[in-house]
Amino acid sequence: MKGTMIIDGRKIDFDGEKNILEVVRKAGISLPTFCYHSELSIYGACRMCMVEDKWGNTFASCSQLPKDGMEVFTNTPKVQKYRKNILEMILANHDRDCTACDRTGKCQLQELAVRFGIKDIRFDEIEKSLPIDKSSLSIVRNPNKCILCGDCVRVCEEVQGVGALSFAHRGSSMTVSAAFDRDIAEVNCINCGQCRAVCPTGAIIIKKENHKVWEAIHNKRKRVIAQVAPAVRVALGEEFGLEPGEITIGKIVAALKTIGIHEVYDTAFAADMTVIEESKEFVERLTKGENLPLFTSCCPGWVKFAENKFPDMVDNISTCKSPQQMFGAVIKEYYKKIDKEEDKETILISVMPCTAKKAEAAREEFEYNGVKDVDIVITTQELALLIKEAGIIFEQLEEESFDMPFGLASGSGIIFGATGGVTEAVVTRLLKDKPDHFAKDLLFSDVRGMENLKEASFDVDGKEVKVAIVHGLKVANDLINQIKAGERYYDFVEVMACPGGCIAGGGQPVPMDTAMRKERAKGLYKLDRTSHIKSSEKNPLVMSLFEDLLKDNHELLHVHKKSGADA
Amino acid sequence: MLTLEMKDTIDEVVMKHGSKQSSIITILQEIQGNYRYLPEEVLEYIANKMDITPSKIYGIATFYENFSLEPKGKYVIKICDGTACHVRKSIPILNALHKELGLSKDKQTTDDLMFTVETVSCLGACGLAPVLNINEKVYGKMTPESTVELLNKLREEI
Repeated sequence: MKGTMIIDGRKIDFDGEKNILEVVRKAGISLPTFCYHSELSIYGACRMCMVEDKWGNTFASCSQLPKDGMEVFTNTPKVQKYRKNILEMILANHDRDCTACDRTGKCQLQELAVRFGIKDIRFDEIEKSLPIDKSSLSIVRNPNKCILCGDCVRVCEEVQGVGALSFAHRGSSMTVSAAFDRDIAEVNCINCGQCRAVCPTGAIIIKKENHKVWEAIHNKRKRVIAQVAPAVRVALGEEFGLEPGEITIGKIVAALKTIGIHEVYDTAFAADMTVIEESKEFVERLTKGENLPLFTSCCPGWVKFAENKFPDMVDNISTCKSPQQMFGAVIKEYYKKIDKEEDKETILISVMPCTAKKAEAAREEFEYNGVKDVDIVITTQELALLIKEAGIIFEQLEEESFDMPFGLASGSGIIFGATGGVTEAVVTRLLKDKPDHFAKDLLFSDVRGMENLKEASFDVDGKEVKVAIVHGLKVANDLINQIKAGERYYDFVEVMACPGGCIAGGGQPVPMDTAMRKERAKGLYKLDRTSHIKSSEKNPLVMSLFEDLLKDNHELLHVHKKSGADA
Repeated sequence: MLTLEMKDTIDEVVMKHGSKQSSIITILQEIQGNYRYLPEEVLEYIANKMDITPSKIYGIATFYENFSLEPKGKYVIKICDGTACHVRKSIPILNALHKELGLSKDKQTTDDLMFTVETVSCLGACGLAPVLNINEKVYGKMTPESTVELLNKLREEI
């Protein structure tokens, strides 16, 4: 719908905005919200976005369509009073232990309390003392800090199609809880952390492992190595006042070195290995016509989702380990002998945009004779905290480059962090004539971008290969059902659990929106363009590893048993 | 554990009402009619069958007072504590029942699963206040003494 609204006396044109709230924001007024996220359904529970019309009626602007000629006011005495009242009531019902809270300084509730000058809460604090759920490897849920906005419930169901959380009970005893009030680790949660990314307060936070990093660093017997995933380098800057998409990899390496990590490598190096192994597997399956479509295996949220919901499709998932786990397997093998000689123990820390990577690293198939591929997984948010804990002034860091030999990556390995990246890398590997950047922009235009489902077909050695790319598991769920029903056919399907791919993972700085995701993805494509090595098999260090360490050791790179599957 | 027989019963109920999500409340009511409560395994089985998440079914089952996730007694005694019954002394009746059966506000069902005692807001029979209701049968103008007598009669029936 098109038209003009009058907001606080100013004429504002609208064209397709889905509610008055969006029009008000267009007018440059930041109406407060807890329960409104443009990507989720409209819930209208928090009532913070109330406006008043010229007849004195108040209503939630998120839940009303804009109308031509409509006049609303955003700061009348009435709405100001209501907003304050609501905030006071939420605060009375909220665990206000702000100093010890993870979200302090970044909590939306705290921010609005400051913004609206709440100094005195007229209602008694209701102490709920509900148990804190620490069962998950990825997140911690504290229902005492929950304001019942329902953001986590809706993201889990509408975007991820998981529905691990829901509202339970009624009235003043209402809570957000997993089925039968079970611990979140006991239900179908896939550890993606999107609930944490939308939570406005400290009710859902990342399970921190920073203390383990410090313990490793302070132990002289440990050789501490870090790998940094592609998506971290285009988002960490946001924690230090930089724009989304700004590339900070030099500073990240420098910071990790300053903290005391001995060697810092690039997960994109392992992504190059993944590309080579996965394309090989793909060609084999294409030739044999077996287990098609091939589903990618890089995303642990997706793998767990598939195991829960589509156990019959698990064989279609690539047997390749994810880059994180490939990297771990290679590093541990590489240092096995050296560690023995030097009487040391290698500890591998992953720096990831993802909360599910914590759960992935803990899976039993990624441990050999008591040695884990990856020992500690910290997210982008935890890295930012680590830098702050160490007192490092991020702005003043002198950039450093990755260590060798595992620090060199092709552009293909780097774009793994954005939706479509894995597909682009695998297809590039399979094409005989490698496209230059201009040709790539054209060839992969259908593969890039933020549409939830992207389709493309490529000519590989005269054969048409059909691919699909999905991000957000709800869309993946629907697509798989269509594939199973024979309504669609693909040879290759890339699935990323989080909308936008790893750049918008559950461990990334918040809040996130589509514009931000695009900027972060742009950062990765920029790195691809400026990379010296265009495709994975041109990475000389990866190739020499295949000739040497991995010559008779290919099983290091593959998963042999997926728990949950029968095999 | 869910027995084969239970699965058959549930399948039948779901088939009868259709597995569209809007039928869920009717289905739960009928299932509860069968088992006198909603066992966890049953809810999980229904969730799977109807493609509703277990968390959502749990939400529905805990939202409505009428649904119970705890086993209820063979006799469910509902004491009306609406305004009319309350002023005509329904609470002493509740206390008498609690005392007689060893129950309380937090423990509503006897260990032998024979009796459940709960309060309801209004049974719509204010002219007969104070009223109680045992398995759909209404008893009016009760006193603590007549209630205990009634209870003893029920005990003899068992």
